[in-house]
Amino acid sequence: MDKMKTSPQRKLFIIINGIFILFIMIFCMVPIINVLAQSFSSSHAIVQNKVRLWPVDFTTSAYAYVMKDAKFWNAVWVSVKRVVIGVPFNMLMTILAAYPLSKGDHIFRARKYYSAYFVFLMIFNGGLIPTYYVVSKVGLMDTVWSLILPVGVPIFNVILMMNFFRGIPEALEESAMLEGATDWTVLSRIFIPLSKPSIATVTLFSLITHWNSWFDGLIYSNFTKNYPLQSYLQTMIVDTKSLIESGDVADLISSLSVNDTNLKAAQIFISIIPLMIIYPFCQKYFTSGLTLGSVKG
Amino acid sequence: MVLIPVALLFVFNYLPIFGLVMAFQDFQPGLGFLNSKWVGLDNFRTLLYLPDFIPALRNTLLIALGKIIGNIVVPLTFALMLNEIKNKIFKKTVQTVTYLPYFLSWIVLSGILINFLTQGNTGNDTGFLNLILQNIGLIDEPVNFLGDKQIFPWTMIISDIWKNFGYNAIVYLAALTGIDPGLYEASAIDGAGRWKQTWHITIPGIIPIIILMTVLAIGNILNAGFDQIFNMYSASVYETGDIIDTLVYRLGLINQQYSLSAAVGFFKSVVSGILIVVSYKLADKFAGYRVF
Repeated sequence: MDKMKTSPQRKLFIIINGIFILFIMIFCMVPIINVLAQSFSSSHAIVQNKVRLWPVDFTTSAYAYVMKDAKFWNAVWVSVKRVVIGVPFNMLMTILAAYPLSKGDHIFRARKYYSAYFVFLMIFNGGLIPTYYVVSKVGLMDTVWSLILPVGVPIFNVILMMNFFRGIPEALEESAMLEGATDWTVLSRIFIPLSKPSIATVTLFSLITHWNSWFDGLIYSNFTKNYPLQSYLQTMIVDTKSLIESGDVADLISSLSVNDTNLKAAQIFISIIPLMIIYPFCQKYFTSGLTLGSVKG
Repeated sequence: MVLIPVALLFVFNYLPIFGLVMAFQDFQPGLGFLNSKWVGLDNFRTLLYLPDFIPALRNTLLIALGKIIGNIVVPLTFALMLNEIKNKIFKKTVQTVTYLPYFLSWIVLSGILINFLTQGNTGNDTGFLNLILQNIGLIDEPVNFLGDKQIFPWTMIISDIWKNFGYNAIVYLAALTGIDPGLYEASAIDGAGRWKQTWHITIPGIIPIIILMTVLAIGNILNAGFDQIFNMYSASVYETGDIIDTLVYRLGLINQQYSLSAAVGFFKSVVSGILIVVSYKLADKFAGYRVF
């Protein structure tokens, strides 16, 4: 090994490889940095197309404008509500489903049928129109529950948790049962405390999914005031034409007044602050998440 | 306790599956499932004559295939390169930076990309990528990455790789660090150089995970990425950029042709379902991967 490390070709390779990786990393960030720079630049500099990777005529006026934008903060509030209710709800459902499913067939006789019930939904779904029809018939339109209940049981997460629960030694549970513990005690005193890493993984999955979802908010809300943040951004940033089609004049006027590139950029960056804070911590959980998904066959 | 999630799934996942009967009806929301007229396979026949359906199917397959190949080759190559970096801080920084886009929604990324890729129409609003390419002399005139129907599918494939490669590379990197270091030492004693080691130890060591990722991707061949395409396409690129999911949306929620839209959805569900079952069977057979 030492001999190879000192060879000149090897050194050249290491340098070129390092530079190439550095180049890729920078190139990955260029679109994001460009838009970030715009968010701190004046409208004037943007109109003249002067902004590259550094703000021109540095100003925080775009952020100041967004800070005062009641509609933006209303959408943030809807998103916060959906996360605060939706994530714990997901976790509760995941654990309630994963615990019984992790039991052996000798304890939970009907397990096969229940797991078939869950797995079938990974394979087959009703698709957009029938799901939309059900949500509207159940009366969830324009409520925060339309963003929580239809995605209430994340089946992939149930499987991750179930596989983790299976790794917990059966002896722990048996001895607790001998002492007269119920299933609820076993779950809350043994399984949940021992599963903290996988609970963290699944919570992160659920949190990011809820924060980033936009399509459900778009189709299950008749009024823009019920849009979560990502749906709101979709109509503001990506799809201003839908407002013109819907003929909602008040919305149209407000969208035109925030049509400046730097305002859109500022909204984008405010919306990703929560993710920017948590994502560097995700790495170890996400890799373990992938390995958790597999059972040694 | 399993009954609560079971009930929830029944309402929001099983009822819609029963609701797919509307694909065999001339469904009128006012009449409901019981009173709408049954039309047998008429909707599926209409579908075959619908000018948008076959192109959408073709676009879906092409874009999805491009993404599947790119999302394996690019992160794998990147992971192999990153694996040669010995400086821990540099390695960690590169990983953290490149997997950032994975966590951002397609709304945010579309907002950023539309701005970055735009061709511009006044001459003074050309996007940054076109400016870069013009400056280094690769192109003379700005390219319409999002509005040109020849280029649009490639824009979708490449931007999807951009979003995902950092995260996928982490998966491959984890597999690379799992290779027994003793193998490298033994081969070095036998006189194997770096390239030989890569070819005979590293690649075979991660073949199982490559097979696994490939096989699991088969189930997604009809998912060309609704979130991404919906937010970046426009009428001028429907010919090459419209996919099954965007067609379902336009037919169902914009044109209110519920039955026809449900028929497209039904078709997609059945084909995807079969492919998922096949891919899981293959994953179990070749990589010992089982979800249940």
